[in-house]
Amino acid sequence: MYVIVVGGGKVGYFLTRTLIAEGHEVTLIEQDQDRVARLTAEFGEAVVVGDGCEVRVMEDAGMGRADCVVAVTGHDEDNLIVCQMAKRHFGVPRQIARVNNPENEENFHTLGVSETVASTRIIYKLIDQEVETGESLLLTALKRGNIEIVTVDLTPNSPATGKAVKDIHLPGECVLAAIIRDERILLPSGTTELLPGDTVIAVTKPDSQHILKDALVGESSSAVRREG
Amino acid sequence: MRVVILGCGRVGSTLAAILTREGHQVCVIDRDQSAFDKAAQRLGPSFTQDTVRGVGIDEDVLRQAGIEEADAFISVTSGDNTNLVAAQIAQQRFQVPKVLARVYDPIRAEAYREAGVETICTTTISTGLFHDLVLNRPIRSTQEYIDTTVTQPESSES
Repeated sequence: MYVIVVGGGKVGYFLTRTLIAEGHEVTLIEQDQDRVARLTAEFGEAVVVGDGCEVRVMEDAGMGRADCVVAVTGHDEDNLIVCQMAKRHFGVPRQIARVNNPENEENFHTLGVSETVASTRIIYKLIDQEVETGESLLLTALKRGNIEIVTVDLTPNSPATGKAVKDIHLPGECVLAAIIRDERILLPSGTTELLPGDTVIAVTKPDSQHILKDALVGESSSAVRREG
Repeated sequence: MRVVILGCGRVGSTLAAILTREGHQVCVIDRDQSAFDKAAQRLGPSFTQDTVRGVGIDEDVLRQAGIEEADAFISVTSGDNTNLVAAQIAQQRFQVPKVLARVYDPIRAEAYREAGVETICTTTISTGLFHDLVLNRPIRSTQEYIDTTVTQPESSES
């Protein structure tokens, strides 16, 4: 795969290094001369000097034959324009943008850049989930974060403890996928009773996560309030 | 008319002053307070009714500036990409009826004009003007300058 990375900061550097190590062809575009010198020492001719928003620079980098462009500068407007130009002007099939300010993420989607990585939001969510250990932990996010797989540990005081699955009021867009009990995996049915010490694995929409938490372990947490 | 102007440089502030004098309701956004101070020194403190400090691609900032009721949005910061992104947000997210963006780069200006964003490329216009003036040719209409096809500069070797 031929990948063009725009922005040679930390993210751009590690991404380029990883992709090259995996055997992909990569061009890294960076405009700062000092950075370029350091990057060239490691990546050689894979580094192109210039403003990645300039069509001329994009052409020189071979944007026309790229399979994917990844815009990871520290400026959201630049990342958005790179992706839009790559898509419209060069017909690059895939564009991935880093979103520095999570509040801009929705606008990226509105303006036609559907694949976004909002590192601040991801890190904040991870920290938030870590802080709540013992309650609910995000395992992974699917479909651009629209589906989450979470685990919840039940204590003797959890409202769901001692109840059958069918008696727990779960939101529609939430499925209990498995129960881990004493190192064994149980497939829950309606009559399965939840016990203290159970780890429940659920698939849920992010919006439903707080209802799920309320139903299983009580009181929704600060993380979820900020979600709304 | 309610107008939101992003960027309080020379163009943004002067345009705000003209529109304000004509009785339009104007709000100017800039991320830098000193831009408002400088404009007030140049044009008098009443160059605009309203100012909002903040980043122009931030929706809260745009709302605060009254973009939801705006009849026009004009993006004239010094950054092409900021202008293009802000204009698209005004157009697609807030459905502002009239949206204009200044873009210095002729190629980007053309690409986005084709994509439905009304861009004004001051580079093309002023280059065309200088070109005609230096050769003692009559000045053409602005539209003609805008429509001038962008010629890529030849590489230095040729």
